[in-house]
Amino acid sequence: MTKLARELLFPLIAVVAAFIVGGVLILLVGDNPIVAYRLLLGSALSWPDGIGYTLFHATPLIFTGLAVLVGFRCGLFNIGAEGQLYIAAFATAWVGITLANRGSWLLIPLCFAAAILTGAFWGAIPGVLKAKFGSHEVINTIMLNFIAIALVSYFTQYHYKVPGDPILQTAPIGPGAYIPHLGRFVPGFPERIPLNIAFILALLCCLLVYLFLWRTKWGYEIRATGSNPFAAQYGGISIRKQIILAMSVSGALAGMVAINEVLGNRHRYYDGFSDNYGFTGIAVALLGRNHPVGVILAALLFAALQHGGIYVDGFSEHVTKDIVQVLQGVIILFVAAEGFFKWALGRRLPWNV
Amino acid sequence: MLELRNITKRFGGVLANDRVDIVVKPGTIHAIVGENGAGKSTAMRIAYGFYTADSGEIIVDGQPRDIKSPHDAIALGIGMVHQHFMLVETMTVAENIVLGAEPGTSLGLDLKSAGAQIRQLSEEFKLAVNPNEPIEHLSVGQQQRVELLKALYRHARLLILDEPTAVLTPLEVEEFFVILRRMREQGKTVIIITHKLSEVLAISDEVTVMRDGKVVGRVQTKDTNAAELARLMVGREVLLRVEKTDAEAGRPQLEVRNLSITDINGTKRVDGVSFEVRSGEIVGIAGVEGNGQTELIEALAGLIDPERISGEINFEGKNLNALGARVRRELGIAHIPEDRHRRGLLLDFTLAENSILGVHYRPPVTAMAGGVFLDENAVQRRASEIIQAFDVRPPNAALPARALSGGNQQKLIIGREYRVDPKLLLVSQPTRGVDIGAIEFIHRQLVGLRDNGCAILLVSAELEEVTSLSDRLLIFHDGRIAGEVNPKVATLEEIGLLMTRGH
Amino acid sequence: MRDIFTLSLIASTIRLSTPLVLAALGGLFSERSGVINIALEGKMLAGAFTAAAVTHAAETSLGMGAASPWVGLLAGMLAGLFIAAIYALSCIKFKADQVVSGAAINILMLGMPGLLSGAFFLSSGSTPQIPKDHLLPQSPVVIAITILALVAAIWYVVYKTPFGLRLRSVGENPEAADAAGVSVSRIRYSGVLLAGVLAGIGGAYLSIGQSSLFTRNMTAGRGFIALAALIFGKWRPVQTLLACLLFGFTEAVSIQMQGVFKPFGKDIPVQFVQMVPYVLTIVVLAGFIGVSRPPRALGIPYQKEK
Repeated sequence: MTKLARELLFPLIAVVAAFIVGGVLILLVGDNPIVAYRLLLGSALSWPDGIGYTLFHATPLIFTGLAVLVGFRCGLFNIGAEGQLYIAAFATAWVGITLANRGSWLLIPLCFAAAILTGAFWGAIPGVLKAKFGSHEVINTIMLNFIAIALVSYFTQYHYKVPGDPILQTAPIGPGAYIPHLGRFVPGFPERIPLNIAFILALLCCLLVYLFLWRTKWGYEIRATGSNPFAAQYGGISIRKQIILAMSVSGALAGMVAINEVLGNRHRYYDGFSDNYGFTGIAVALLGRNHPVGVILAALLFAALQHGGIYVDGFSEHVTKDIVQVLQGVIILFVAAEGFFKWALGRRLPWNV
Repeated sequence: MLELRNITKRFGGVLANDRVDIVVKPGTIHAIVGENGAGKSTAMRIAYGFYTADSGEIIVDGQPRDIKSPHDAIALGIGMVHQHFMLVETMTVAENIVLGAEPGTSLGLDLKSAGAQIRQLSEEFKLAVNPNEPIEHLSVGQQQRVELLKALYRHARLLILDEPTAVLTPLEVEEFFVILRRMREQGKTVIIITHKLSEVLAISDEVTVMRDGKVVGRVQTKDTNAAELARLMVGREVLLRVEKTDAEAGRPQLEVRNLSITDINGTKRVDGVSFEVRSGEIVGIAGVEGNGQTELIEALAGLIDPERISGEINFEGKNLNALGARVRRELGIAHIPEDRHRRGLLLDFTLAENSILGVHYRPPVTAMAGGVFLDENAVQRRASEIIQAFDVRPPNAALPARALSGGNQQKLIIGREYRVDPKLLLVSQPTRGVDIGAIEFIHRQLVGLRDNGCAILLVSAELEEVTSLSDRLLIFHDGRIAGEVNPKVATLEEIGLLMTRGH
Repeated sequence: MRDIFTLSLIASTIRLSTPLVLAALGGLFSERSGVINIALEGKMLAGAFTAAAVTHAAETSLGMGAASPWVGLLAGMLAGLFIAAIYALSCIKFKADQVVSGAAINILMLGMPGLLSGAFFLSSGSTPQIPKDHLLPQSPVVIAITILALVAAIWYVVYKTPFGLRLRSVGENPEAADAAGVSVSRIRYSGVLLAGVLAGIGGAYLSIGQSSLFTRNMTAGRGFIALAALIFGKWRPVQTLLACLLFGFTEAVSIQMQGVFKPFGKDIPVQFVQMVPYVLTIVVLAGFIGVSRPPRALGIPYQKEK
């Protein structure tokens, strides 16, 4: 069995198995699984809205998936993508509001920088805590998520909200910071769909992450640390530095979600805009086998589910869009229990899996 | 009381126990001796139910028994104290002793009666402990007493002790012997697994000698002496003797002065060691593993926290103590590690990626784009050079290192370290798990490197390897240099005695 | 103003801390045995939803009247147990990564209640309201006594029974426990299942004790605060209880203070109070307030060498 086929096999099995379980649940609540699934996935493939929105939702998932991936490759569990993207989003909006009168040539790069650097900073905090004090990044990133959300909510509510606005969101950013929707460049594709150039940026980041991890010396050191820190140390690599570097890069990637959302969609910071992008990023990275190409595929799947969920909700009698989260959870469980699958299949299949 | 008959056990490709027969008479102190890897621990762990033998029988009190887990062994009256204590540090002495056999009901742990019983056993066997003290406050000697009490509490009639004096001071060893004699008086049977011959002669009644997984001798202690035991333990046919000219040693490259190293728990592993290695010579360190050699090499390579090191390490006149592993490599020090899976290789990485470990961050490997990108061509070139020069099989640089056999993995590591043309090479157990043909090749390479002026420090538990390769031979025992011999004239007995007796 | 502060503040603290205490103590059993438990949130949600749903069913369709909330409570416990069983199987038998499995459970439980409530109650994630007299006891005194008794009982179990001894040993040094004849996996299953039961009760209290129905994502991060309290309380029952009280207190104070207490002439933003538990946990975990040593084998699946 070729290596590529083998790499794709388990995620595929996990997804199929999850859909089967989901199907049983749909039956239990009284609907037809086939109909539900057709709605779920079919709506994601319609043109232009289905595909447009799916790609739009996939963008943040690619970023967070990459973020988790980089962490994993260094042996670190970055559950903090949610907090990192929130803080980055607010910082980006802040730059966009404060310098609202500047031209695009200055404002857009500054906003980009705000997103990346703030995310990197929020990611570096648990990195430093682990490198210096040995405290586990899982707990610290979860805590920092909540702290970030609370901080950002505070600033929005008390300092940056438009007075009288009942919605918890900041004032809009200057028009110079807007980035164009893809509709402007693709004929026949309406501009109202928020799919914007951040999507292209996300794909670019996949390439960059690939090059970084597998083609540069820094990436080599990160991967070596994740693969075997004892051998890495033996080879002269500083484990502490790698931890901080990996968490910072991871945070920076998560922060780029801000570009898609603040610069390309709502043009302001909108409290609660993230539909669990951070946590879903974990699922994306795991399903994508911690490889940039896998991340793209997994992000597309989860985005399609997310978009399709709304249709299923509206058009089916009993099934709500919660089925999406159920499916996500089951997929992760199956992916995590991969060891079991390898064992169970290995006993039944004739070839060596 | 206990008999192991025809026990065979394989781990992967290694035959740890090869038709082992051991007979232990009741009421005796029986010693099982041998070097590391001889199979003594494996055999005893089979007796205790940690492992199951592939074939053979265990006979307890004349009856063949099926021992599938420590539970079964304990039920038969067999207790075991392991080399690395199995104690829960945050719990007290009493709690550790009763774990798994708790008195009282499931609703209430009756530590009081446990305490009483422990005190009674303490009295009987002269094992003084305070039942309410947490383990982390106890000295190593005291912890050992807790382990003994654990076994006695479960009514063990046979106690297996694995390397019991490895971590004791000489005074604690004496106290330990008193305890053993008391146990024998009380009718217990004791098996001690050890490689320390002086202790074997002092305390045991009978000795079984093992080597390379087989039993090679069985004697009454009063009928034998250290020399005979040493010979049985280490002697083997001299298979290979490397052809080499005399060394032309130049100036000292490595100078070690009064070096002491403590481990994480504060125990001294290396104690005031001084020696030097000159360019163009191979200095060998012989000794049973666990006497400080591992720590010495790791400290020299820069892999141990400087806080645990005292004394001086000087290379080409420069003090290395504060310098990290990378700097030492840049200065020209290479290292072939003892544990190739843990230190030497990134098992999930390809051979190509492994071949650049240590030089991955500088040219020529990073020749592209300002020293940031890895130059694929340079990497492949280096990998194929190493693979060809050292006959690594299969010769496919894209394979993960995990896919290679142990011997080929070792060849890759050695090739990688040679490739940097080091001035000082630290080598530990270079041919462990390597097939005969490759061993010869590796030995020739080492001599070749020496002839080119490299200073080599070689640690090996394989006596004939270290005697045939070294120009000077140091014997390590208990963290100190027990002696230096001329490998060309020293006898195996002489060396064996230094290794196992320390003088 | 003093009266407002003290009595109702104490009552609020008790009410707000209770679900935390239950979940945190559940987490204690799991983590002391060596299994990281970030899925407390999911277990609470399971308990909350099931308790509310079953209570409603019991009092409407089955006409159980005053017994309904107790049936609901039982159902909540069983729901927590069921979710915990999935988690335990994944981590212990399949040796899947504990954090990943925990995250999966949490995501799963974000969706499950909604799905089920959409089916049975035709609502978007909430259960129908339950009349006040069919809820769990409301009196802070009763609750306080129950919780204190529970903490005392748990303290006793962990430190004074053979089970507790084995639990602690498995979390610190599973090899030693194994060598002493203790079944590591059985203890770990017990720990995780107990966590599920207790977290389930905590969730049930949220929906049919503190309020009268289940709403979408009702726990709102309490499972994580409970985890924070457990870490802050250094994995010890009494200290965890105090940590939960502290966190409950800060939440109660922030609610009381709105509109009443104005340093610098402004309300203390609720967000700052929300942050307190999390900041404290980071500080403690980094070792700034005393040494925080988790159970040594925490998070590492146990492999027997055979």
